[in-house]
Amino acid sequence: MAERNIELNSVIELQRHFRFQWEPAQQAHVLLYPEGMVKLPGSAGEIMKRVDGVATAEAIVLDLEKAFPGVELRQDVMEFLEVAYARGWIRAKQD
Amino acid sequence: MQGAGSVQSKINNPLWLLAEVTYKCPLHCVFCYNPVDYTQYGPELSTEEWLRVLREGREIGCTQLGFSGGEPLMRDDLEIMVAEARKLGYYSNLITSGVGLTEKRISAFKQGGLDHIQLSFQDSTREINDFISSTKTFELKSKVAKLIKQHEYPMVLNVVLHRMNIDHIQQILEMAEAMGAEYLELANTQYYAWALVNRDQLLPSREQLERAEEITNQFRARIGDRMKIYFVVPDYYATRPKACMNGWGSVFVTIQSDGTVLPCHEARMLPGMTFPSVREHDLRWIWYDSPGFNHFRGDEWMKEPCRTCPEKTKDFGGCRCQAYMLTGDAANADPVCDLSPHHDVVTAAVAKAQQAQTKAATAKNTAAQPIVFRDDKNSRKLSQKAQPETT
Repeated sequence: MAERNIELNSVIELQRHFRFQWEPAQQAHVLLYPEGMVKLPGSAGEIMKRVDGVATAEAIVLDLEKAFPGVELRQDVMEFLEVAYARGWIRAKQD
Repeated sequence: MQGAGSVQSKINNPLWLLAEVTYKCPLHCVFCYNPVDYTQYGPELSTEEWLRVLREGREIGCTQLGFSGGEPLMRDDLEIMVAEARKLGYYSNLITSGVGLTEKRISAFKQGGLDHIQLSFQDSTREINDFISSTKTFELKSKVAKLIKQHEYPMVLNVVLHRMNIDHIQQILEMAEAMGAEYLELANTQYYAWALVNRDQLLPSREQLERAEEITNQFRARIGDRMKIYFVVPDYYATRPKACMNGWGSVFVTIQSDGTVLPCHEARMLPGMTFPSVREHDLRWIWYDSPGFNHFRGDEWMKEPCRTCPEKTKDFGGCRCQAYMLTGDAANADPVCDLSPHHDVVTAAVAKAQQAQTKAATAKNTAAQPIVFRDDKNSRKLSQKAQPETT
């Protein structure tokens, strides 16, 4: 079992020097950083949109379940957040 | 939304915009990739013109923006451009030697929303740094590096490698670590423009290159995630060409100081081609419809061995400018490729570099041919050489 870096009660924020925004030309959310860009289509963009340095992982799950009712999203979201952490996009906020 | 033409629908939007806002520079680096004839260019774009170009670039999809030059800090309206870039949604980068980066200016950039700064260093030693750039800037650069940190910018260091500094690789790596660099680009000189003029003095030997790579790999293993290190080999030592600009007119657009728009930094040298200016056309037309940008798109233009090569979709035949400079025809395969019938011009240069190395006892032994510093006087001289009909 891989180590978990993002817990349900972790407040999630973008890593320093990353910026998340909507790109009209791409019709997709993107993540911008020095020398690069990641396109975040569909659900990836929906999750990252909610990473604001205030919401916990759990709050993000609940908000998504509200936006897309009838779908159990917890596991998918937590898996995505782990991937995003591993790629250096996000981190758990330290207070 | 991207126009109606059938060709246009197949062309991706650009992602990178490089704004070479001025060719003025306080340094005189011998490996500079700026055009050698920059002194012959028309007047620089005004502030208003640059702001319009930035808007047009954003409208066609550019997200990454580099402010470069010359030394972009030579423009005193850079703060205005930076702020506008942020408003437009660019992720912007200042590519600088650091000369002229004061506390006041960096604060204004931070406030305006500049995202990062790439600081160039010529070497880890004052002696070589000052010699290569023909100026006294080492201490100033060290101070600027501190300023960049203080303003919480990621520290992106760029060191151009060549025969005279590549043996200092260990010190360069340690310098980067001491500065707290998060990114280090060890970019071996690519032989264009001023670097091509000085190639015999700059191309390292194979032995130097292998040693530098080995030391870099050891350092990388030790430092781990703390510093991301890119080691760019000189393509003369490769057997396949680089996928130059990720393909002609594919993602990258350069705007020169006088408004000329190019698919790469160097393309203006290509004979028989015209590249439009933002003073006469908008960027959308230039990107999608101008003959210059469409000329080497796709693979229709390719000759053998590229035309039937299975790797053509990977490297696009390499670099058009290098093909022109070394073979006289921009549609030839980049001669770096060992399948190119002109590959011997590259192996000859490489062979020469091995000999020169054994002869040159010290790093500063610059052989018989004098090294040519990038400055206005030499630019005028080289322009006359390149275009006798205009003199």
